[in-house]
Amino acid sequence: MKLRRIKAIAVKESLQIVRDPRSLMIALLVPLMQMFVFGYGVSLDIRHLPLCLLDHENSQQSRDLLARFSASSYFSVQSVARSEREIAHELDHGFCQLAVVVPADFSQRLVDAGVTSVQALLDGTDSNSASIAAGYARSVVSGFSADVQLESLQRRGGTVQTQTPVDVEARVWFNEELESRNFIVPGIVALVMAIVGAQLTSLTIAREWERGTMELLVSTPVQPMELMIGKLLPYFAVGMVDASICLGLAVFWFQVPFRGTVATLLFTSALFLSVVLCIGYLVSTAIRSQVGASQVALLLTMLPTVLLSGFAFPIDQMPAVVRGATYLVSGRYYVLILKSIFLKGAGVSELAVPILFLALYAAAIVFLAARAFRKTLE
Amino acid sequence: MNGAARIVVDRLVKRFGDFTALDGVSFEVAPGEIMGFLGPNGAGKSTLIRILCGLLHPSQGRAQVAGIDVAKDPEAVRTRIGYMSQKFSLYNDLSVVENLRFFGGIYGVGRERIDARVTEAVSMAGLSGREDTLVANLAGGWKQRLALGAAILHRPPVLFLDEPTSGVDPESRRRFWDLIHTLGGEGISVLVSTHYMDEAEYCHRIALISGGRLAALGTPRDIKRLGKEAGAEAAEPTMEDAFVALVGQAQGGRAAA
Repeated sequence: MKLRRIKAIAVKESLQIVRDPRSLMIALLVPLMQMFVFGYGVSLDIRHLPLCLLDHENSQQSRDLLARFSASSYFSVQSVARSEREIAHELDHGFCQLAVVVPADFSQRLVDAGVTSVQALLDGTDSNSASIAAGYARSVVSGFSADVQLESLQRRGGTVQTQTPVDVEARVWFNEELESRNFIVPGIVALVMAIVGAQLTSLTIAREWERGTMELLVSTPVQPMELMIGKLLPYFAVGMVDASICLGLAVFWFQVPFRGTVATLLFTSALFLSVVLCIGYLVSTAIRSQVGASQVALLLTMLPTVLLSGFAFPIDQMPAVVRGATYLVSGRYYVLILKSIFLKGAGVSELAVPILFLALYAAAIVFLAARAFRKTLE
Repeated sequence: MNGAARIVVDRLVKRFGDFTALDGVSFEVAPGEIMGFLGPNGAGKSTLIRILCGLLHPSQGRAQVAGIDVAKDPEAVRTRIGYMSQKFSLYNDLSVVENLRFFGGIYGVGRERIDARVTEAVSMAGLSGREDTLVANLAGGWKQRLALGAAILHRPPVLFLDEPTSGVDPESRRRFWDLIHTLGGEGISVLVSTHYMDEAEYCHRIALISGGRLAALGTPRDIKRLGKEAGAEAAEPTMEDAFVALVGQAQGGRAAA
């Protein structure tokens, strides 16, 4: 391997990048755009669920209960129905996802039996939202019943003993507000970098085949490894700018808490970038048309990263076979690394395992990419 | 076997699936010799050149360039050859000097020599004063001469030119051939394919290839004499007459066989 040849290729490739300002603009603007689209588009939080209320009793207590639903930021009251028919209509048409029905004997039963109930009707087509909505509804109602209990105890006089004997003291670490954006945005950084990185390099060999410059290049003494390193270096620089844009947006625009160090972040990002650049390059050596190479690169990076990196869908809950497949997705390691750096402030020592896996991955893909390039026309 | 030969091709066969592109071709090229490849399209000229450059593997037979077997050590061959492919293959989005510096770097021309070599190549191509022009903006003749300049930056003993002058005006073609003769005079062996009959006259020897076989081999005068024997009617057959007669004979012979 000769440094002189690597440098000649890197200089040539850089000149070509600079001479094509349109492509360079795309390379820098696309990640910006994708960060906004995915950053705002993907959210797992349930907020302002459309809610429908039906109060058959209309007593002081029933109004009090329903007012708590209205006040909650989880729900937004869509309509107040006057009959079960109207409720069915609202649910059928998807105008609301949850309907709360207070029976006519709501407070009467509370007085008589000390126990009463309300009905919650849920649209279960989106089972995830439905179960979360049911949980929120339950917590609103239990808040109400705790207050009712307290009140009746106070009325009877006597010492007030409201505590339940055993209580879970839940304290959430790392993502205190349980804000889904906080763990999704780092994942989106990984997704955008995987897509953009592979795109950057997927064209580089195909372009030379299409323009006819490759035939001459393979007739020279240049070695596959030299060609690869020389070609990847300038794109690595572009890719690191892209990474800085994505990470910068995550911290300063999306306000994801950042607790790690910039050095760890840059080091691991550089590692991941090397992997995705090499994937793009590998595709480029196999497919000699630019359009084809770019399509395959997109398919190879976007799909696995979306589905199997754990950026939105928890890997722990996947079937064993699928979980096994996630180990083959480089994004998996980087998503884990990013979440840990952002939310836990993890350093290199805590991240040794995923970093090691990512490094092994990088080495394997570099080896494959260098081997895949054949210096013949056959 | 002539030990001094720069290129030795010995019963070379190249098959692509069922198709035989080269069918037992043999010849030698001496140092400083300019050997022309003449033949109809699809005769196998480019295939032969690509094998000698180490870009294709021979199916059978042997080929040596600068004393090295191309099948066994194509990498060693690549440091000793210059190549101009049929399609123009410098970078259009790079300037004249940027292209030359790139190929200088790729061919491993030493830092102490590169500036002088680049200047030389620029003046050889007649591009002095236009060093920073983008190659895309050059006319055909200049592009060809620049490509030739790039191919000899590392002073290879052997030069392969695959239809270097196609699509170039006659004046530029003549200048190009002057350059080839200069290089031949410096001892570089040049193997050049063409389909221009007048260019064949500029070669020391001509290999006439038809249907993957060597139909005739010799000096331009030999070729014309062979053409007459093969049935060219004119008293003084031109290269074109000889070409037509010899290709016809080769194809007729194969059809009869």
